[in-house]
Amino acid sequence: MAVASTGTVGGPRQTALSVRGLTISLPKGMERAHAVEDISFDLMRGQILCVIGESGSGKSVTANAIMGLLPKAIRVSSGAIELDGTKIVGLPADKLRDLCGRVVSMIFQDPLSALNPLMTVGAQIDEAMAAHDFGTPVSRRERVLELLTEVGLPDPKLMYHQYPFRLSGGQRQRVMIAIALALEPMILIADEPTTALDVTTQAQILKLIRDIQRRKGMSVMFITHDFGVVAQIADSVVVMEKGRVVEQGSAAKVLKSPDHPYTRRLIAAVPHLRSEDRRRLPGTDSTPLLKVDSLTKTYRIGSALLRSLRVVPAVQDVSLQLAPGRTLGVVGESGSGKSTLGRLLIKLLEADGGRILFDGTDVAPLDERRFRSLRPKIQMIFQDPFASLNPRMTVGSILTVGPIAHGMSQTLARDEAYAFLTLVGLDPGAFERYPHEFSGGQRQRIGIARALMFKPKLLIADEAVSALDVSIQAQILELLDRIQRETGVAMIFITHDLRVASQICDEIAVMQKGRIVEQGPPSQIFSNPRAAYTRELVAAIPGGQSEPRPATAVESR
Amino acid sequence: MAAFLLKRFMQSIVLLVIVSVIGYVVLNLIPGGPLAQYALDPGMTEEDRNRIATQLGLNRPLWVQYFDWASRLLQGDWGTSFRDSNPVLSVVARHVPATLLLMGTATIIAVAVGTVIGIWGATHRYSIFDYLATVGAMVALSIPTFWFGLVGIYVFALRLGWLPAGNMYTIGDGSVLNYLHHLIMPSVVLALVHIAIWSRFMRTATLDAMSQEFVKTARAKGLSERRVILKHVVGNALLPMITLAGVQLPSLLTGALVTETVFTWPGMGRLFLDSLSNSDYPVVMGLLMFSAILTIVGSLVADIVVALVDPRIRLA
Repeated sequence: MAVASTGTVGGPRQTALSVRGLTISLPKGMERAHAVEDISFDLMRGQILCVIGESGSGKSVTANAIMGLLPKAIRVSSGAIELDGTKIVGLPADKLRDLCGRVVSMIFQDPLSALNPLMTVGAQIDEAMAAHDFGTPVSRRERVLELLTEVGLPDPKLMYHQYPFRLSGGQRQRVMIAIALALEPMILIADEPTTALDVTTQAQILKLIRDIQRRKGMSVMFITHDFGVVAQIADSVVVMEKGRVVEQGSAAKVLKSPDHPYTRRLIAAVPHLRSEDRRRLPGTDSTPLLKVDSLTKTYRIGSALLRSLRVVPAVQDVSLQLAPGRTLGVVGESGSGKSTLGRLLIKLLEADGGRILFDGTDVAPLDERRFRSLRPKIQMIFQDPFASLNPRMTVGSILTVGPIAHGMSQTLARDEAYAFLTLVGLDPGAFERYPHEFSGGQRQRIGIARALMFKPKLLIADEAVSALDVSIQAQILELLDRIQRETGVAMIFITHDLRVASQICDEIAVMQKGRIVEQGPPSQIFSNPRAAYTRELVAAIPGGQSEPRPATAVESR
Repeated sequence: MAAFLLKRFMQSIVLLVIVSVIGYVVLNLIPGGPLAQYALDPGMTEEDRNRIATQLGLNRPLWVQYFDWASRLLQGDWGTSFRDSNPVLSVVARHVPATLLLMGTATIIAVAVGTVIGIWGATHRYSIFDYLATVGAMVALSIPTFWFGLVGIYVFALRLGWLPAGNMYTIGDGSVLNYLHHLIMPSVVLALVHIAIWSRFMRTATLDAMSQEFVKTARAKGLSERRVILKHVVGNALLPMITLAGVQLPSLLTGALVTETVFTWPGMGRLFLDSLSNSDYPVVMGLLMFSAILTIVGSLVADIVVALVDPRIRLA
């Protein structure tokens, strides 16, 4: 339907936004000379255009250029941007400001930081209208309440006076949408508006944007890195790579029969829900390496004396088992306790109750001194490859400092480091270099090599691929799979992304509010979920169910 | 909030005890003790000195003296001056207003000027103004306060004759204008170093706030740059500065000590120096305790203000 609607929308102008030969130059000394180079595309009235690309593709820079939000050092060097017939490149700042919020408005990726913490929700929405001298304080107040209702926030009158910190991420994104909609702009630019949200919240926000777009006949430029999201909402698609548009067309066309090899690679790299189980490694025994028995952790905030005590049960009565060479996925939304569970297992946190039998020893009651000899056996891979490596240490010392502290000789540690660098697909020359010389994916490989240096029996990967682009994500998942086959290490894979979990896990535990609500092989979790919460999670995955059905996904909505 | 206040109150008590012990001990470590000044007086015999020591209770062990002093203090008796037998509390109280006037004026100048320079520097980063402000701040920080005081007196009092060289008012003329006239130079001199510190921190805080996402949201609403800065950036930038203001209080007090001496300002600073050179220990201890209380109260007030201004703390 939507794909062919280009010619059906009435009105004087068919294109709401038109970008022609846009080139934006970067300051000297950057990786490239141009953030985007000679890109052209059109956003048709009443349509959703998805701009998709990996980090560094120039998609956000393009959006910021349209809003006049580029930093001073970055400027449009040639090309034209036409907003509803007005050429905006070179327009004086006050003229452009007049369009912002009124004709075109924007929502951002991180709703937690996009609202001013010192102003109430109502005041921030009101301001969007006041900036354009719209209405009177009284009429604006009415309108704010109306908007709060429209974006589905509960109790608008109360919400009006709330400060952002009281709201959840999804609620704050709704407030952002209300701000963007305040003056009923013709064009909405959404820069990864659901990337920072939980999967069920993401589904709700996508639906909200789509509903509002339909109702108001708005044109939406939706920036994303997720083909699942594209499949769900796009009418047409622009694929960007390193500052260039490599392919564009209707959503059905781009998803079903992509022309450009980069598009094909991107689509292939999207983790799809795999509902068949992973084949078992040959020759591994099935006696559990790790046996967790009713593990419990409760956070206590405040003081009982002053009656301000808040008790948060982070992990409640969790039991699980893991055999060598197997991977257990722990999935859940933020606040589900999955990261706390990981920290308990590696004893970065002390458990309140329960047992952690590791290789036959209950490590839960051990103090740091007695646990120390077991530490090398349990290693962790962290989420953020940029923050988890010390920028002042060479890769070589990052890899060897731990094993040497545990008594390995310098020369042996060095040889091992070379071997593991090769194993994770890096050049041994990396040994002498510093982390900043590597890309995110390469850093994550270094992080994996660091963990492997200890010859661990158990790896805990906490959102290890969440910060990476999909194509890099696929490579790292492949690497982890290969390492497991070669070393027989057991792995706990903590993630919020069910698609990723389905790729690598033998068994998946779904956590909600500190409890495991369902546990089983992927075939059960994804094809035949028993718990209502699992069903909800699976249904919320963008881009629909297991197999990629892009064309139908667009039409079935 | 109640819990926070209670905790801070307890901490303050402990802090005051520690300050008083250290102050008392260090003061009595000064060679010769309070009677050293009489040692060279030919009109005084060993016997005289002993009699005075007994009178003042100085021949008791130090810890007995301390507890005696401390228990009296708790009952509101700050002791009496060795020099003129006046109650310490009234001596200190007589000098406090002058110092508070000087410090208050200097603070207002420093905060107002520093805030403007900081915001302007951040919004016009790497401009000529920004470089000048940076260099100016370095100069103000590296040159001692008394130098500025002396140069100020030379230029504005001796050469130009615009401002008085010292004192708080002209004897015989107690008008507000006369006070203000005398206040200008000492308060500006005292404020200089604080303008430097404040403007540097304000610049950083403003840049920090400007890089926040919500500023982008504000721009995307189509707000004018002026409104973006005044409404969204400045408020968020000032938040961490309130804490800084509390922390800066002791150094303001120290600065006041020097400035008062240079400008013969009749405040606590001069009283402190006079009392110290006259070995008037009770007054010195009184001033020390008063400064300690002022500092503690100052940083407590700063914390409370932050809590009141920031809804994330106020409503949490």
